[in-house]
Amino acid sequence: MKLLNNFVGWVDDRFPLLDTWKEHLSEYYAPKNFNFWYFFGSLSLLVLVIQIVSGIFLTMSYKPDALLAFASVEYIMRDVQWGWLLRYVHSTGASMFFVVVYLHMFRGMIYGSYRKPRELLWIIGVVIYLALMAEAFMGYLLPWGQMSFWGAQVIVNLFSSVPFIGNDLSVLIRGDYVISDATLNRFFALHVAAIPLVLAGIVFVHIVALHKVGSNNPDGIEIKKNKGADGHPLDGIPFHPYYTVKDIVAVVVFLIIFCAIVFFSPDMGGYFLEANNFIPANPMQTPAHISPVWYFTPYYAILRAVPPMFGSQFPGVIAMGIGAIAVVFLPWLDRGKVKSVRYRGPIYKLFLASFVISFVGLGYLGMMPVTPTYTLMSRVLSVVYFAFFILMPWYTKIDKCKPEPDRVTFK
Amino acid sequence: MLAFKEVLLSVPIAAITKNFGMCVLALCLGFFSARTHLLWVATTGFYLYKKGINVMTDNVDRSKRRLLLAATTAAGGVAAAGVATPFVLSFMPSERAKAAGAPVEVDISAIAPGTMKVIEWQGKPVWVVRRTPEMLSLLSKHESELTDPTCSVPQQPEYCQNANRSIKPEIFVAIGICTHLGCSPSFRPEVAPADLGANWGGGWFCPCHGSRFDLAARVYQGSPAPTNLIIPPHQYLSDNLLLIGDDKKKGVA
Repeated sequence: MKLLNNFVGWVDDRFPLLDTWKEHLSEYYAPKNFNFWYFFGSLSLLVLVIQIVSGIFLTMSYKPDALLAFASVEYIMRDVQWGWLLRYVHSTGASMFFVVVYLHMFRGMIYGSYRKPRELLWIIGVVIYLALMAEAFMGYLLPWGQMSFWGAQVIVNLFSSVPFIGNDLSVLIRGDYVISDATLNRFFALHVAAIPLVLAGIVFVHIVALHKVGSNNPDGIEIKKNKGADGHPLDGIPFHPYYTVKDIVAVVVFLIIFCAIVFFSPDMGGYFLEANNFIPANPMQTPAHISPVWYFTPYYAILRAVPPMFGSQFPGVIAMGIGAIAVVFLPWLDRGKVKSVRYRGPIYKLFLASFVISFVGLGYLGMMPVTPTYTLMSRVLSVVYFAFFILMPWYTKIDKCKPEPDRVTFK
Repeated sequence: MLAFKEVLLSVPIAAITKNFGMCVLALCLGFFSARTHLLWVATTGFYLYKKGINVMTDNVDRSKRRLLLAATTAAGGVAAAGVATPFVLSFMPSERAKAAGAPVEVDISAIAPGTMKVIEWQGKPVWVVRRTPEMLSLLSKHESELTDPTCSVPQQPEYCQNANRSIKPEIFVAIGICTHLGCSPSFRPEVAPADLGANWGGGWFCPCHGSRFDLAARVYQGSPAPTNLIIPPHQYLSDNLLLIGDDKKKGVA
């Protein structure tokens, strides 16, 4: 023990070990009234680690070559010892990443965590989300199945609808006139090296920004307004050990669910791994029904809901893009006097509910084949989705808020 | 989505075939229950902390804390080892690599006297030589120059520990990997070539570090290689059909 203390002292003289530990863990004061919504930040970090570790091990047996890729995935599934587990952990991790990130983002929305002074924290979070979407999209091409190929074909072709430069742009992205070996190879490079590096970097920045401004809480009030004699917030408790222990319980519950999916239903009935992707990519034949994986379907539904205008699909692509990044504008759209949904009035709650319904509904419609009824529903829900954002400055201003408490509520 | 009934039906089969999943679930639950104790300590401490009592420093039952710490560390360690297992084992040879190690059948009828055929077995070169009577007669003449002329080091199956290091005297089988650092020696059957000297009676010469072997792949003294070359297990399925990699296959002529 003495030896250990000496060693820590030796390191601490040369590196701010204890200062970092104190600033970010043992003396980072988080509000005491966190509820279960606050699990999803640390769970996102956990899934990031799971994805990086399982991904590194998959890379050791995978071949980024159009002729070999599909067979190498089957090789991982059948021949590599425990390879099936590595792959199912990685594929389940991809979907679970979006589950926890969507819940994490929704938490920020309902408690007003994007409001001043946390705008930059929120923007960094949205950048992480965009990087995550790019990571997931490129990773989905790698198994080189039918859905990999045609999904990438459709998404890359979205870029070709950009006026004037579209065709050249999509050729640039593919490195060929169709999705091909060149595309697979570069997506592999981006998926395993470039984007993970970016993700790790901005996740770090996200946490540094969080610890600068401090965590929001379910009441949406600043705990730094009430400080004790010791200079620490009266309603704050050290992150370690109180929240590390709490988060470990969440980790265990999460891992039980995660393992149950990995071992008993890794394809989740076609939602996590689509049946068509167990067929090798065939550039000569599109599957009868193609749809993105569930986490992209809300935006895909928006894309399909917008009819071509001026002989171009571009407006739909723009709508889809804005739909995906709309949340980044929240800090400036929200004019409410309070942050948390707990003290908001009925109008906000109505709009929030309609937003949730439109997002889930669009997600469902994005998986369904195109029919006139579904297209109409997609259009209605797209309008509802954008109304939540566009009308926000108005309805948050006129809404009748309840008074915020001085101190956080904690039972 | 699967119907509820289908899920129910699938569980027992999945549980048997993928019982590793159950192990992980059990580990998680064990970890969970151990952690629950610690959580109880922590949450109690949390209430007291808000009242101004810090259980982390005041009124500590240190022996109980040590016990809980040891219990959770042990449970966590077992869980970590369980999680690490598949990752480590994925580094071991795959089923494909193991299948490549399967025995190989060789038709030896086309090997002319005095020539060699190289076969791939387990990714390694295996030599099959049909030695001439002259070659065989030379084998006993230089035994004093060899490191291990009687093949006392078990570099061959028992049935090849004889004067010719082979089952049939004329057919010689060996793994063509030098016992020094793993190069594959060159076949030099000619007698007394200029570069190998007047005493050379035919054999193998390793281009990497100059190890010399005779036509029974026995190493000459003074070579860097410490032992004779390895003879793989093999058997004759018929007069001209050799099976390399397995000497226990039953029901053959």
